Amino acid sequence: MRSYDLAASGLRGLNRELQSLNGSTNQTVWEITNPRGSHAVAVGLDAPVEVVVRGSTGYYCAGMNKQATVRVEGSVGPGVAENMMSGTVIVDGDASQYAGASGQGGLLVIRGNASSRCGISMKGIDIVVCGNVGHMSAFMAQAGNLVVCGDVGDAFGDSIYEARLFVRGAVRSLGADCIEKETGPEHAEALAGLLARAGVDAGPEEFRRFGSARKLYNFDIDNVAAY
Amino acid sequence: MCGIVGLFLKDNSLSPRLGELLAAMLVTMSDRGPDSAGVAVYGPAADGNAKLTVQSGTPGADFETLSEDLGEQIGARVGMRRNDTHAVLSVPSAKASDARDSLPALRPGIRIMSDGEAIEIYKEVGSPGDVASRFGLGEMSGSHGIGHTRMATESAVTTEGAHPYSTGADQCLVHNGSLSNHNNLRRMLRREGMRIESENDTEVGAAYLTWKMLRGRTLGEALEDSLDDLDGFYTFVVGTRDGFGVLRDPIACKPAVLAECGEYVAFGSEYRALAGLPGIEGARVWEPEPATVYFWRH
Repeated sequence: MRSYDLAASGLRGLNRELQSLNGSTNQTVWEITNPRGSHAVAVGLDAPVEVVVRGSTGYYCAGMNKQATVRVEGSVGPGVAENMMSGTVIVDGDASQYAGASGQGGLLVIRGNASSRCGISMKGIDIVVCGNVGHMSAFMAQAGNLVVCGDVGDAFGDSIYEARLFVRGAVRSLGADCIEKETGPEHAEALAGLLARAGVDAGPEEFRRFGSARKLYNFDIDNVAAY
Repeated sequence: MCGIVGLFLKDNSLSPRLGELLAAMLVTMSDRGPDSAGVAVYGPAADGNAKLTVQSGTPGADFETLSEDLGEQIGARVGMRRNDTHAVLSVPSAKASDARDSLPALRPGIRIMSDGEAIEIYKEVGSPGDVASRFGLGEMSGSHGIGHTRMATESAVTTEGAHPYSTGADQCLVHNGSLSNHNNLRRMLRREGMRIESENDTEVGAAYLTWKMLRGRTLGEALEDSLDDLDGFYTFVVGTRDGFGVLRDPIACKPAVLAECGEYVAFGSEYRALAGLPGIEGARVWEPEPATVYFWRH
């Protein structure tokens, strides 16, 4: 395992080294110590490596991730795994605003709570939050799955497109054009798979599903193929 | 942008280190607000005395014989402790409002930063590290303190545009965000007799809270009221003689992190500001909820 002391060696050096990994190295397990809330830790990775961050980070941790598995043994600031393409990001603590924003693929697991705007504009990422999420989560969510094992704040799924939302706890309020929907066998199967991948001990039958009513003026189901 | 830090000590064990801890927190927030910085420190109070913290652009001339001149004017002994562009005047509590009223005529170039039994406010244009060191923040002790690093949006980069603002005895407010109805509120509050000295939106927020408290509301209630009356984006951190409060607007896009353990409650715009605090590993760390008043008292 390669260990990198962020306080001693700096952020640019870390990201330069991590971004230069291309899958041909034996150095596939990394440990980052002393993050102390630093911004942009382990961003832009594009190799099947494992990175463990020993502590809490600030803004934009693991942004734009491809292939890599990044685990944060602490909490993260705003914008964790923003625009993730593939791979896995696991946060042992809480996440601040807009976790997984605009993510196109991969799996983001938050063991604690996520605050406002979790999964905003998600475009294919799967997000599993073991705790609660704040207001305006899944705003304009286009594709992918958001699974919330706890409660959900105000205006959930506002202006949602075709992302699938699963909630085990209470929903304070739904946003415009977001409605509860029936959970079909295909949804339950997908949900069970996500729960298993995230290591959550819960059954799909404990969750309710939410999605788009497809009534907003700028979305007509007849045009779905165009999206 | 702007950065906020705050530290409210629950017991005396860390009091001698208050300034040192607050200075380190402030410096971590330099890149959120590099143009000016300020702190409010609630230090030891002397029985029967009030403190007026004043600032001058020409401290040499303004402070030279200030304590004697003011003492003569109000008929009382006035102590003075100079600190760079600021000075802390100590006057008998009964004479505090006389002193306040006399200062503008006596020294037109002086600005009053704060008054009260415990509060001292220091703020200037410059990088947070420079501001902390020119006032010797690291050597100050006290029970609680609030700091701010400013990236100006609503008014000019000047000393009076920097935070914290104090509009009532031992009260202060710092703010990250921008208020959109501050002009209207300023007119209303001035009609009500509130003292508002700058064109800054945050000072209006501070005066609003002071006005509410003068009408009998507690700080917690005043903060609740502000959710209805203040329009805009804000994370507020407020201090009183023995209290410390936090409020975020309902949209809550301005960042905030709270930490609490046996010795203290700490606030930071980011976790970075808290990472160096003693015992932070064992503290409960969380993001304050939107539109929710958090308040601690000694």
